[in-house]
Amino acid sequence: MSGALVNATRFRVEHSADWEKLDSLVERLEKKSLRALSDDDMLELPRLYRTTLSSLAMARDTSLDRALLSYLEQLSTRAYFQIYGVQTSPWRQVTHFFAVGWPAAIRALWRELAFCAALTIAAGIAAFFLVRGDPEWFYGIIPAGLAQGRDPSASVGALRATLYDGGDGPLALFATFLFTHNAQIAIFSFALGFALAVPTILLIGYNGLMLGAIFAVFEAKGLGPNFAAWLMIHGTTELLAICVAGAAGMKIGMALAFPGALTRMDATIAAGRVAATAMLGAVVMLAVAGLLEGIGRQTINDDWLRALIGGVALAGWLIYFFWSARRRRGAE
Amino acid sequence: MARSRKPRDLHRPFVTPEGVDLRLELASAGARATAFAIDAILLLVILGLATALLAFLAAGSGMLQGVGIIWLVGFFLLRNFWFSLFEMGRRGATPGKRLVGLRVVARDGNRLTGAAVVARNAMREIEVFLPLSFLFAQSAQGLANTFLTVFALAWSGIFLFFPLFNRDRLRVGDLVAGTWVVEVRKAALSYDLVGETRRVSRHFPEEALGAYGIYELQRLEQVLRAEQPVAVAAVARTIRDKFGIPDDRDDYGFLSDFYAALCARLEQGMIFGRKRESKNQAAA
Repeated sequence: MSGALVNATRFRVEHSADWEKLDSLVERLEKKSLRALSDDDMLELPRLYRTTLSSLAMARDTSLDRALLSYLEQLSTRAYFQIYGVQTSPWRQVTHFFAVGWPAAIRALWRELAFCAALTIAAGIAAFFLVRGDPEWFYGIIPAGLAQGRDPSASVGALRATLYDGGDGPLALFATFLFTHNAQIAIFSFALGFALAVPTILLIGYNGLMLGAIFAVFEAKGLGPNFAAWLMIHGTTELLAICVAGAAGMKIGMALAFPGALTRMDATIAAGRVAATAMLGAVVMLAVAGLLEGIGRQTINDDWLRALIGGVALAGWLIYFFWSARRRRGAE
Repeated sequence: MARSRKPRDLHRPFVTPEGVDLRLELASAGARATAFAIDAILLLVILGLATALLAFLAAGSGMLQGVGIIWLVGFFLLRNFWFSLFEMGRRGATPGKRLVGLRVVARDGNRLTGAAVVARNAMREIEVFLPLSFLFAQSAQGLANTFLTVFALAWSGIFLFFPLFNRDRLRVGDLVAGTWVVEVRKAALSYDLVGETRRVSRHFPEEALGAYGIYELQRLEQVLRAEQPVAVAAVARTIRDKFGIPDDRDDYGFLSDFYAALCARLEQGMIFGRKRESKNQAAA
């Protein structure tokens, strides 16, 4: 050993070549990706990392050079995250999401999902009977801007026209607008779950009220089944997506309020990750709903076909979420 | 009553599988806010440029619908996934965080998953956009709803200022996703103050070397590395005066030697299990 006066000098002399090599590898990893490293570098990386880490542990015990210590700390930390904190490739993440993550997340929140669906239906039925009993209720539930003339005073012909005339406006643009708007609401209701889910539940309930109120308007003019078919073609997907987003928000709120056996923090984290996956799925579903609405509804005017497409879509989602997952669980 | 409040320590233990504590330093609220502001400005600039470009294209081609769709979808993706996509990358940081020197990390030390990143960023909806929307609702609706708006703003302000109310500087999003944001400074290795060939030629009285601990040594290291002549001279004079050492007109050389001698002595003490943190702690 050299006759250096202090330990920092000895450390530097013995290991600084390794540290600098690691520094350059980590730097390249941070800038680009794993492919930036040659095979030799890949083999060297763990060794250099361990060397640096043990230098850090030793230096902490035997050296007082602050600059050396903080250099080793930051280098070890950066290397740690490049070695242990790496993400799987984006492509693998996407396939995992569709194959496993999404259906599993939906299954994990089936209780909340059932509750949101029941709430939507119950609110819809309530609003339906309210508006049937006294049409004035309609104006209390739905803002004038949203109704666009579809209110109790509209004629049968006018209402029928809203169901079958594709209209001549920029439809695809409108469908896109609806998609982004609904998806934003879905993300919002997920986030609102943090406020103990109360605003989320209000949003879902209000959605059901609007549905029931509009349905009552059409039903009063004898257009009930036609309206149902018009709504179903994209509505089964869209309403299910809204319920999924609501369920995601509820999951977080419930975990916060009733953490059960876990600590409140752990329960929230577990719920948050599952709920985020489900919410991402809801955004995908809303994109599908937007396509069905923008293309399908404008070109298909037959009630039976509309209802059939809507029904098939709903069945498809449910099979994907629950049946495919069950099969996989059986295979394990 | 003169209880001095210790400055809030943002270091957290973080033990690697190899058993070494990396002592992560959490990002301060100020650094987080700066990073967010940079990202927000970047977003606005990109949005402005893209809008101008698309408007130019629409005016030229007349394809209003197609351009409108691209804008809507682009706006949606930018608003909701800008943060997520960057944080899923190898650096775990948006451009703003990268500039400030921050990184998103899973609190349990595991891999940062896509779900966690999405969860922490979707929460911005109530942390940023909710307060903003109430702010604008105020100006749109007049005085009738002022009370309601102030209440709503205060309520949503709780989410906005959440990081200031907890020890770990967690956003609501961090809380839900199980993440936190840490400092990752990139530092080059500074030169060796002592060096291989140094022999201490000056002689220091025993009481001078015995008077200081690790804290003082590392402050001296700071002074030497900063190489500010005024500070170097002041420290050298203090030590000379205190222990009656004659002035040899080489302040820097004097302090370097003193550093080397003190460092060697304290290190030796450490090897024998006598770690002296500061001058206030009696030499064992």
